[in-house]
Amino acid sequence: MAEITLEEIIKPENLVYTKTKLMTDKVLSYCPGCGHGTAHRITMEVIEELGLEEQTIGVAPVGCSVLAYEFMNIDMQQAAHGRAPAVATGIKRVWPEKIVFTYQGDGDLAAIGTNETIHACNRGENIVIIFINNGIYGMTGGQMAPTTLPGMKSSTSPYGRDVQTMGNPLKATELVAQLPGTYFVTRQSVHTPRNVRKAKKAIKKAFENQRDGKPGVSFVEIVSNCNSGWKMTPRDSNVWMEENMFPFYPLGDIKVDGQLL
Amino acid sequence: MSELKLMKGNEALAEAAIRAGADAYFGYPITPQSEVIEYLMAEKPFDRTGMVVLQAESEIAAINMVYGAAGAGKKVMTSSSSPGISLKQEGISYISGAELPCLYANVVRGGPGLGTIQPSQADYFQSTKGGGHGDYHQIVLAPASVQEMADFVKDGFDLAFKYRIPVLILSDGVIGQMMEKVDLFDPIPRLTNDEIIERYPWATTGKKSGTERRIITSLDLDSHKMEKHNQKLQAKYKEITEKEVRYELIDCDDAEYIFVAYGSSARIAQKAVKLARAKGIKAGLFRLITLFPFPSVKMFEMCGKGIKGFLAVEMSAGQMVEDVRLAVKGCSKVEHFGRFGGVVHTPEEVLEALEQKIIGG
Ligand SMILES: Cc1ncc(C[n+]2csc(CCOP(=O)(O)OP(=O)(O)O)c2C)c(N)n1
Ligand code: SF4
Ligand SMILES: [Mg+2]
Repeated sequence: MAEITLEEIIKPENLVYTKTKLMTDKVLSYCPGCGHGTAHRITMEVIEELGLEEQTIGVAPVGCSVLAYEFMNIDMQQAAHGRAPAVATGIKRVWPEKIVFTYQGDGDLAAIGTNETIHACNRGENIVIIFINNGIYGMTGGQMAPTTLPGMKSSTSPYGRDVQTMGNPLKATELVAQLPGTYFVTRQSVHTPRNVRKAKKAIKKAFENQRDGKPGVSFVEIVSNCNSGWKMTPRDSNVWMEENMFPFYPLGDIKVDGQLL
Repeated sequence: MSELKLMKGNEALAEAAIRAGADAYFGYPITPQSEVIEYLMAEKPFDRTGMVVLQAESEIAAINMVYGAAGAGKKVMTSSSSPGISLKQEGISYISGAELPCLYANVVRGGPGLGTIQPSQADYFQSTKGGGHGDYHQIVLAPASVQEMADFVKDGFDLAFKYRIPVLILSDGVIGQMMEKVDLFDPIPRLTNDEIIERYPWATTGKKSGTERRIITSLDLDSHKMEKHNQKLQAKYKEITEKEVRYELIDCDDAEYIFVAYGSSARIAQKAVKLARAKGIKAGLFRLITLFPFPSVKMFEMCGKGIKGFLAVEMSAGQMVEDVRLAVKGCSKVEHFGRFGGVVHTPEEVLEALEQKIIGG
């Protein structure tokens, strides 16, 4: 095999990958191995590829990704915990020609912000919701989330989630798919290159829907790891996710073009 | 065109929002202010001016819609009554921290809790001392007539954008529900999108490629930076305290006794001034228009000029009276009178309180 020299590698025609200019150079604050960074990157790549940089306003509420505005190089609003869909509604209603998205954790979207989420979805707001479900409250140190699996340990369910007393995990994505105001509902992951490509396709479809004025919310759940909160190595957390999260939160499209599959 | 109409206070507020060129109203029904959103929905401002009106799923959602739209440079408002205003406090704290301009109205009812749907002024502390978490203030305008319910919408928006601050119209069930003649100001056209982008470079309207992104946030994990941000907020409140105080002095020139009151209590106290004067008691009224900033300087100044006492008249167990005491710094007698829990005092009761607590006491 012919050797490729350093000079050749850096030639523009040999470029195979470049960081999107819609991610800043700031070092990510996420734990090494966490899915948030990948989810940020593909979201920003999609916005760049669709040429929507100048029209897009992002909303990131409280959670590990509250600092998304440090990394996403577009106009951003930080929102209170759970309130992103209302904030996004406010923006979209007064700037209907803009592209508006939220980027919410599972505690944010499916516990404190359930009301805002369901009603924004039910009103059919023309926004994109990106929902990072890691089954835990990452930011506050690994407490039980509405999505924590039965028997799963967290700092507030140290002996495992007892559904009799702590309630059942909530499948927010299946729930919003039932509402007439959602147009596209899908569940993805970003833990392998193949899944990253699929998730990016889904996010692209979501933004295209909004750009093309398709009626209603495009909702992309990403089942993700929280290696710190789960107290595992990044690799183990991905294996655990495949073995435990995916059976409960199966990947794939749930609603496409307004039709339940 | 300026136009003379007979309207309820709540309706005047709603009509004024359309005329002031508001871009959006987000609200949730609650007595005694539901007429605001009812009027707006019936009036179809989306056809008249393009103004958005949306009934939200809760007061929490409504104030966060205001946050989003205000952060994107638009002129937006909400309104509610006491229990709903309690729910909005988180959002108002965020709006204050992120320095966004917005207007909201509280048509106060009696509390605590679900309380009563009758008028009250028991939300004074909440309105003037913060309300939500953190070191912040908002400008508080207290209308005493249907006319002011309309006029303060225009003034409120101007102040909100001048200082990038939430402005509260603190009304009450009397002013919201009563009908009076109102001279409606001429409609002001809504700003165009281009004008907004030019005037408010801080607003998230979609950034031009190659330019700095705009960030609307109240967060900074570096506490030294957060302290600086807080100092900036405090400097703004100081400037507002120096420049934006508003009040009205009625029969105060020769007065020996002063009623201090705002909103519907000021109307009642004005009647009590008449009753007092008919009896030979030299009473006057210091009507507060801004509750924050509080006219402390003027009040202290008056204090040394033959005033024998101040009676704070408010429909609460005694909230605004604390600011009167702080203002006069012990140089004069200060007492409180007020019915509360939804009961409205009469001018006779107010005069009796003056005679017993200040003159006789
Ligand atoms: C009103 C309010 N309650 C609680 C908190 C504390 N808090 C911050 S983030 C968070 C949970 C975030 O979990 P999730 O949305 O799942 O995001 P993750 O960090 O896991 O990505 C909580 C409870 C807060 N900031 N505000
Ligand atoms: S705590 Fe969890 S969700 Fe947060 S950055 Fe770390 S791994 Fe990611
Ligand atoms: Mg989480």
